[in-house]
This record gives sequence, structure tokens and C-alpha cells, in this order.
Amino acid sequence: VATTTTIEPGAGPISGSRSFLAKLREGDEIARLITFLFAASVVLLTLLLVFELWLGSALPRHKFGFSFFRTSVWDPILLILAVPLGIGAAIFLSELAPARLSDTLEFFIDLLAAVPSVIYGLLGVFIVVPLMRSYIQPGLKGTLGFLPLFKGPAYGVGLLTAGIVLAIMVIPYIISVSREVLLSVPRDQREAALSLGSTHWESTWKVVVPFARTGIMGSIFLALARALGETMAVTMVIGNTPTISASLFSPGYSIAAVIANEFTEATGDLYLQSLIELGLVLFILTFILNGFARLLIVATSQRGGGTGHA
Amino acid sequence: MSPRLRWRKFVSGFMLAMTGVCALVAVSVLIFILGYLVYHGGTSVSWNFFTKLPAPVGEAGGGMANAIVGSAKLLLLATLVGVPIGFLGAIYLAEFSGGTTAFVVRYAADLLNGVPSIVIGIFAYSLVVLPFKHFSTLAGGFALGLMMIPITLRSTEEFLRAVPNALREAAMALGASKSRTIATVIVPAAYRGILTAVLLAFARVAGETAPLLFTALGNRFWSPGWNQPTASLPAMIYTYAIAPYEDWHRQAWAAGLVLLGLILVINIVARGILSRGISVPR
Repeated sequence: VATTTTIEPGAGPISGSRSFLAKLREGDEIARLITFLFAASVVLLTLLLVFELWLGSALPRHKFGFSFFRTSVWDPILLILAVPLGIGAAIFLSELAPARLSDTLEFFIDLLAAVPSVIYGLLGVFIVVPLMRSYIQPGLKGTLGFLPLFKGPAYGVGLLTAGIVLAIMVIPYIISVSREVLLSVPRDQREAALSLGSTHWESTWKVVVPFARTGIMGSIFLALARALGETMAVTMVIGNTPTISASLFSPGYSIAAVIANEFTEATGDLYLQSLIELGLVLFILTFILNGFARLLIVATSQRGGGTGHA
Repeated sequence: MSPRLRWRKFVSGFMLAMTGVCALVAVSVLIFILGYLVYHGGTSVSWNFFTKLPAPVGEAGGGMANAIVGSAKLLLLATLVGVPIGFLGAIYLAEFSGGTTAFVVRYAADLLNGVPSIVIGIFAYSLVVLPFKHFSTLAGGFALGLMMIPITLRSTEEFLRAVPNALREAAMALGASKSRTIATVIVPAAYRGILTAVLLAFARVAGETAPLLFTALGNRFWSPGWNQPTASLPAMIYTYAIAPYEDWHRQAWAAGLVLLGLILVINIVARGILSRGISVPR
């Protein structure tokens, strides 16, 4: 890992021959110190962030503990829509498309990931919401209206709409990570399956995908963490109503949306600090999801090792 | 060919075609977004949009000049915070540090990268807004800069590590000190990668809205100096999109088009810089 220690025997604080002063004069020690300060500031800022969130939420923590939670968008819609589409596209990019086409498409996917969330919110407000209100929600009510999921008036805004917008937002993340993971599956696996007489699809679906399963799960968790922390697009289409309802049509709320809407209007310490505590909860949730996702992705890449571009 | 084999071949062809459709759908989302923004916002992007202040409610016309300048100021501050820490921190990670310190710094950066942007906003609020007692450009710039740090740090480190060891050894063999080697050999060899990393981080925070909501707040007028609330393009899009005025919606589309255009251009330029570079293999 440390590439440089093998090059220069004098690197590091314990150099044998030269004195600290001599190295100081040469400038190495100064450069080392300065860069160290900047690197350490990253750690300090992160610690400070956790500390401030903890400190800022002291009042409600003592008063209520961690017992008060609001709903967040754990929308199954997001997964039902985004996962098949994302994984399908990733399979195409890694197994089927020639390297050149795959790289070009990946370029577009990267650009899609760069689109800011407020733009997704804008499109959500002016395209998805009217579409939901006048076509999709009445349609769903007509066919599946007997389920409690699809009851209630069609406002347009609501959990279902937020789920759809979030799904579109996280697809690029699922594609990019899944593609990387699929490409790290060794070529031998594919060739072995093909030589046993399986078709291209069978080798992909029964050999390559199972091999990369944990990594793909990781990409899904990563997407979930993104969706959970996503503020703008959700705030704009979810309807912002602090009620929990069985219907997917009803307006809802998410942690991030609560903070975005109420923070500047919070009066009194308890109100403000409760919102900061929500921020702390959000931080912890995304921390756990991200850590879990990273673990799964690293596990797969280490098992694979080689690049097996089709 | 037996019927079973024919069936298997059909399934194979069909499913693979479906994956192609998935890829096509994903890519077409981008084209759709761009097309829709150009269609709706294109007509509203005018000279006035770039030069005029927002008009009072009910009055047609007006522009977003203050938001554009506000965004530029915020991004300048963000770059001043994010790039030095990210760049110099990366040099420490790649060239000086041993195992444990590097692990801790990298872990902290990854943690920071995963923090939802709204939580970054809360942090900047309690660290900068509360002590100064009012919302300011300074606080917004700090929040955005904080988001730039992990992105710049991690990718710069990767590009520095990709510089072949032979270059380091050659410089050392000629008698150069370590700091001189870094300044005159390693950083120049990786400069395309570093530039790309900085540009991508810049583009990423340029569209961030959530951390600005309660740091820079927003402003319908010019924001003099650095200590006043300021408007910014993303926050203006948010405010205008959820407002009930038809004219504001048009302006929101125009602002969306300008913002997305800026971000996509930076992205394309950044990747172009990287792909023309021969010095750093990826």
C-alpha cells in the first residue's frame, strides 16, 4: 500500500542518519507536515460533524430518547422499478455490448448520475405529477382499487410519485456499480458454462449473475442509501404531510423532507434540536447502509479479481 | 434442432434483447431530460434572464442575475475550501502516510462522502450560521466545500498512485528531495487526472440545493459582500418550481436548462481531459 517507503530509506520520522533539522532544511519534513495537517483536517471535520449533530440534538434526546420516528420513503416501488431495469442494463453493458459501445453508454450513464436532484424534482413536479394524477392513479384505482394500497383520492403527489422519481434517480448508480461487479467476474466462469453447452443467456443468468450476487446486492444498498438521503426531489413531489397511511396515493413525508421544510421555520430550541436529531438519525441510517453496501461490493471484487469483458 | 434447444435459444435471444432495451431506456432518460428542458426552458433563456433581478410577484419578466452571481460566489468559496484540503490531503495519503493514518483519513473521507447533503447543511448551519447569527454566502460556500473534499481527495489520491514508481525512483536517483520530486515530477505527471477530479467535484456541488436551504437561504436582491444571505441557481429552481405562478415556472425551466447545461459541459470537458491524457493509465 505504502508505495514510497520502499523507495527512500529516509522516509518517515525514524530516519537513521540525518537529523530532524537537516530534513527540515531540505523541505521534506515541512511538506510532510503541511500535507498531514490538511489530511488530518478531513478527519477532524468528520468528527466535528458527528459531534455537532450529537451536541445539537441533546435536548430532545434527553426528553424523548430515540423513540420518536417519522416515516421515511422505504418505498418498495423504488426497488421494483429500479432494480430490474438497472441490473438488466448492467448485464447488457458487461456481457453483450462490445467494449467500445459499453464504454460509450457508461459515459452517458455517468452523465445521468451527474444530473442534480433539483432537476429531477423539477421534472417530477411538472411531468410525473400531472401524469400520475390524470392517468396512472385513476388507472390503478380502476383495476386494483380493491387493495388498500391503491385507495384514496388521486392527488398526483404522494408516496408512489416520490418512489418513481427516486427510482429514476438511482438507476445510474445501480448500473455503474453492477457493471463493475459483473466485469470483475472471471472469464473462466463464462467459458466453462458455455463449454458445457449453455446458451449465452444461461451462462449469464445461472453463472455470472450468481457469482456477482453479493456485489449487485451492494449496489442496491448503495442506491437505497442515496434515496434515503435524497432531499430535493422527494420534498418536491411527496406532498409533505406528516401522516402514515396504507395508500400509496396519499401524500407522505420523509426525514430529509421534514428537515428541508421546517428547519428555517423552527421556533424554539426543542423544535430545532429535534430536527437536528432527525439529521443524526438520517446520518446513522445512511452510514449503516453505505458500510454494508461497501462490504458486499468489496467481497465480490476480491473473489473475482480478473476482468472478463465479453 | 430439438424443440427444447430451439426454446432455449429463443429465451436466450429474447432475454438478451431485453437487457439491451433496459440499457436503451436508461440512456434515453438522459436524452429525454435534456430535450424536455430545452423545449420548455429554451424560450425563456434570454438576455434578461442573465442580467435582470427577479421581478416582483405578479409582474412578468425579470431574470436571475443575482442567483447566477450568487452561485458563482458560493462555488468560488467551495473551491477555496474543498480543493486545497482535498489535493494536499491526497498528496499526504499517496506519498507520505503509512498504513494506519491513511486508513483513518480514507475512512473519514468515505464517511463524509456518504453523508446526505441535507445533513451537511445542518452541520454548516450549526458551525457557521449560529455563531455569526445570520445566514450568509460564507456558510453556503463552506457547506459546498465540505462536499467537495471527499470527492477531490479520493480521486486525486488514485491518480497520484497511478503514477509509475519508476518516475519517483528516477527523480530520487538524480538527487531530488522528496518534496521536490512531488512538486516537479509526480504532480505534473498526474495533473490531468487531478484536474478531472477537481472539475467533477465542482460539477457535483454546483447542482446541490439541500445544503444551501438553511445556509445561504436565498435572496430576491443582490447580496453585497460575503456575510449576507444570497440567491443561488439550484435554490431558485426549487423555490420557483413549487410556487403557484406560471411565470415563475417558466423561469424555473430556464434556470434548470442553464444549470444542467453547465454541469454536463463541465462533466464532458473533465472526461475529455482525462481520455486525452496518456500519462495516467486508469
